[in-house]
Amino acid sequence: MSEITRLSLSQARDRLQAGELSSKELTEEMIAAVTAARPLNAFITETPERALEMAQASDARRAAGEEVGVLEGLPIAIKDLFCTQGVLTTAGSHILDGFHPTYESTVTANLWRAGAVMLGKTNLDEFAMGSSNMTSYYGNVINPWRRRDDDTPLVPGGSSGGSAAAVAARCAFGATGTDTGGSIRQPGAFAGIVGMKPTYGRCSRWGVVAFASSLDQAGPMTRTVRDAAIMLEAMAGYDPKDSTSVNRPVPSYEAAMTGDIRGLKVGIPKEYRVEGMPEAIEALWHQGMEWLKAAGAQPVDISLPHTKYALPTYYIVAPAEASSNLARYDGVRYGLRVPADSLDEMYEMTRGEGFGAEVKRRVLIGTYVLSAGYYDAYYNKARRVRTLIAQDFAKAFEEVDVILTPTAPSAAFGMGEKMDDPVAMYLNDVFTVPASLAGLPGISVPGGLSPEGLPLGLQLITGAFEEEKLFRAAGVLETAAGFEALPKFLAGE
Amino acid sequence: MSVDQETVAKIASLARIRVDEDQQVALAGELSNILEWIELLNELETEGVRPLTSVVEMTAPQRDDVVTDGDRVDDIIANAPDPANSFFAVPKVVE
Amino acid sequence: MTESATATAPSDSTSSHSTTGHLVKGKTGPWEVVIGLEVHAQVVSHSKLFSGAATAFGAEPNAQVSLVDAAMPGMLPVLNRVAVEQAVKTGLGLNARINLHSVFERKNYFYADLPQGYQISQYLQPIVGEGYIDLDLPDGETRRVEIERLHLEQDAGKSIHDQHPSKSYIDLNRSGVILMEIVSKPDMRTGEEAAAYLRKLRSILRYLGTCDGNMEQGSLRADVNLSVRRPGEALGTRTETKNLNSLRFIQQAVEAETKRQIDLLEKGGQVVQETRLFDGATGKSRSMRSKEEAHDYRYFPDPDLLPLDLDQGWVDEIKAALPELPDAKKARFEDAFGLSAYNAGILVAEKETADYFEALIAIAAEGAKRPKEEVAVKCGNWVTGELFGALNKAGLTIDESPLSAEALAGLIKLELDGTLSGRIAKEVFFAMWDTGKPAEAIVEEKGLKQISDTGALEAIVDDIVAQNPEQTEQYRGGNQKVLGWFVGQIMKATKGQANPGVVNKILRAKLDAD
Repeated sequence: MSEITRLSLSQARDRLQAGELSSKELTEEMIAAVTAARPLNAFITETPERALEMAQASDARRAAGEEVGVLEGLPIAIKDLFCTQGVLTTAGSHILDGFHPTYESTVTANLWRAGAVMLGKTNLDEFAMGSSNMTSYYGNVINPWRRRDDDTPLVPGGSSGGSAAAVAARCAFGATGTDTGGSIRQPGAFAGIVGMKPTYGRCSRWGVVAFASSLDQAGPMTRTVRDAAIMLEAMAGYDPKDSTSVNRPVPSYEAAMTGDIRGLKVGIPKEYRVEGMPEAIEALWHQGMEWLKAAGAQPVDISLPHTKYALPTYYIVAPAEASSNLARYDGVRYGLRVPADSLDEMYEMTRGEGFGAEVKRRVLIGTYVLSAGYYDAYYNKARRVRTLIAQDFAKAFEEVDVILTPTAPSAAFGMGEKMDDPVAMYLNDVFTVPASLAGLPGISVPGGLSPEGLPLGLQLITGAFEEEKLFRAAGVLETAAGFEALPKFLAGE
Repeated sequence: MSVDQETVAKIASLARIRVDEDQQVALAGELSNILEWIELLNELETEGVRPLTSVVEMTAPQRDDVVTDGDRVDDIIANAPDPANSFFAVPKVVE
Repeated sequence: MTESATATAPSDSTSSHSTTGHLVKGKTGPWEVVIGLEVHAQVVSHSKLFSGAATAFGAEPNAQVSLVDAAMPGMLPVLNRVAVEQAVKTGLGLNARINLHSVFERKNYFYADLPQGYQISQYLQPIVGEGYIDLDLPDGETRRVEIERLHLEQDAGKSIHDQHPSKSYIDLNRSGVILMEIVSKPDMRTGEEAAAYLRKLRSILRYLGTCDGNMEQGSLRADVNLSVRRPGEALGTRTETKNLNSLRFIQQAVEAETKRQIDLLEKGGQVVQETRLFDGATGKSRSMRSKEEAHDYRYFPDPDLLPLDLDQGWVDEIKAALPELPDAKKARFEDAFGLSAYNAGILVAEKETADYFEALIAIAAEGAKRPKEEVAVKCGNWVTGELFGALNKAGLTIDESPLSAEALAGLIKLELDGTLSGRIAKEVFFAMWDTGKPAEAIVEEKGLKQISDTGALEAIVDDIVAQNPEQTEQYRGGNQKVLGWFVGQIMKATKGQANPGVVNKILRAKLDAD
């Protein structure tokens, strides 16, 4: 049984295409793995019946000789931030209690159109606000990895922690994530998988519960770079229902993975050498450059001078937008309502009870920075700095093709660590937030293990809509790294 | 900028989130820490820099003026905590 | 800074903040009233500002609501092209600057009928900047009121309070309907001026076809900002009286609020800046304190919508295609057709009247085979006279007139070609009004044709002259007045059908000759 679940998405696809396996067989194996993985709490909702129906429909399509999609028959998991028609959608929050959308998000609809099979909805930080998956109303997710000789449960990163854990534990061939400041790449790194955030505007935000509209972007989380390329091809595309969706064709990202990066200029930003970063991460970063160099790429020292301002900028812009985006959760039209005698009291009770501590914190910060007298000092200031950060990248990409950095400043940490100090927690995203602010695509590729035996990720960033170049470089990096370590917990083994 | 308990109470009220008094004190501390950290931006000169609204550099797309939606009351009130006929009911609003 | 296209340069009128002699007497001296209007005009469109749901009035509750309007999680706004066109058209009609770069922002507040928890509006960078409207005042004067700005925004839903003892019911049909908020400068001084401003604005919007101007259905509603001050002093504290949906209410609200503020100040009190709600039933307003607390809207650019950039060429095309507006039409009616300023003013005030009138002169001119300018004055008199009189009496609008422009033109043609005298024509008019029959048929039926036949009239004149030797003597003795008496006799004998001009001529010839 483990033989099937250990396949990569592209391997499973090839086996399906060759007729060696049916989607039903694959899906049954994966449903069993999802059940076995319950101790990780990676799923909020499992949808085995729907998965089987979809698998059988896929097999029927294939049998009838119909044209099949790029994900035909492949079971995947969906972050519970995507609205799925008729299936509970929670955003990891109490306030969406019982919410069953009557509509399907564009990204998931694209996936189903490409033939994918839904295993269920994965756990996440509440409203995608967090870097540890400790803020979910549905309980924290446990990272399938453990430190060597240490059974302390670790966080899977966040906010797409459930998706990361599910893919790492081999109970889904891939999963959707969303990334606002690092929510795909950081958990990808923590769980030893590939996490890819496309250019802002590449995947539709329609039907994805909004956290920070100018930053949110959906992307794939998979075991291999090739899997991510295949999955993004299905997810991406212009959507007239999203005004920030960009109308340009979706190329075959898989075809772009030629393995040839000769002459590629790889930028190494000096500002990403942060104080207190573990030596192993520094070493891996250096090693990553060596791997790319060995494949014919050329290292270039670059400067992104406003890097250290990215996190404070992010922690103004994202909460400001979130404070407004989350105003619709008021107990009137869906979700939780705490009854009260007056409307305002109902709002306050519902939102007081429905939102968790981190969400409240960010909504309050966001409300504060937008309020009269503080708008210019905080919000407008941050928007100006954001311009400077975007300009840093624009300038760098005049010189280089891709930028190589570590994904996160540490490996997965223990549950409860960093919980007392929100700012310490926010520092997890120090390497991922700048590209998010500039709307650029980034990918985290597992590069090696820390001395404690935990996976570490390397991040590649390119200019906007240069995903093909990104996948090409990431594929080379992945091959060179040859990351084959397995987490301690593997579903069903 | 440090925020006090009163400010927390005020913004909580603006955000319509009930925050108990003991929580207000704790939040005042947390928010002050975050704001203090955020103020790192003040060391940066941004005079004359255009504030960024969207990284997508194009004009707002416009759709045609045709009726393509609506007539789906069941969908609209399907998740309502207190549906009343085809309405959403809320505690009485006094204007 | 925003780029801008200058449509017509706004005037450098100094009307803002100036006194105009309209002072209100208080117990302690004169006061000047300073009034500005914020008008919300519903844009004529099939679908909403950011969703594809319909906008028709009077649908079943929540039947015209999309997932976007109900603010379901993950729903996103997409701008309606027509909203942009209509706003630009309106801006041009108000002689205003079109801002080629504008930004949609979120106005954040919680309310039962505001599902998103924010209203998408425009704040720092509206689509239309400064412009003006010229008001025609009853004394014949023209008064310029400057426009501060025009911006696009979403309407809210509706709360229904009378269906349940302890609950309000929310209907989101209006949620997301396109509104233009048109803000005047504080250029008005009296309730009449405020009403005249709204009347003129409504007329312009209806000419442009950007708002149907239906105040009863809430397509056009005004908020009045009002303060009082001693002449020459700085502006006083203003209040905002909300949601006035008739011209009468605006005047009433201005009067009531003026009195309230002056009384308050004269008693040594202070005006509090607040929102007030007008009650048409009592003619009074009361403070809406609920709207006052926590008045911090936290505007910021909507990250779901990109800034709106317009092309100057496109704006120019819209400008070139603008319909003739009331001021231009009035000038044309006066200059080309020789109408009096008064009649021209009446005829252009409502688009429907002007349309009716223009159709009328076109058909009448064609029927009478004369140029329009020769029939226009007569047509104008008919419309402002008999037709308006009859419509008013019946409580009908010109659209509901039982007499179409074709029908009335048929009557006017008979008058112009001498078939009917003016007096008989009026008789025919009322017969047409009552029966709906065309003028020709009524004339035929009742035998009302004017007798212009000289032979027939000469015989009648001969008879009358022969039967009245005494009067004939008086006339010949130099009493010219007797001529009128003879005319009356002949008209009586012909039941008014004789052509008075012809009768006069024959009569004079007969009496002077013999």
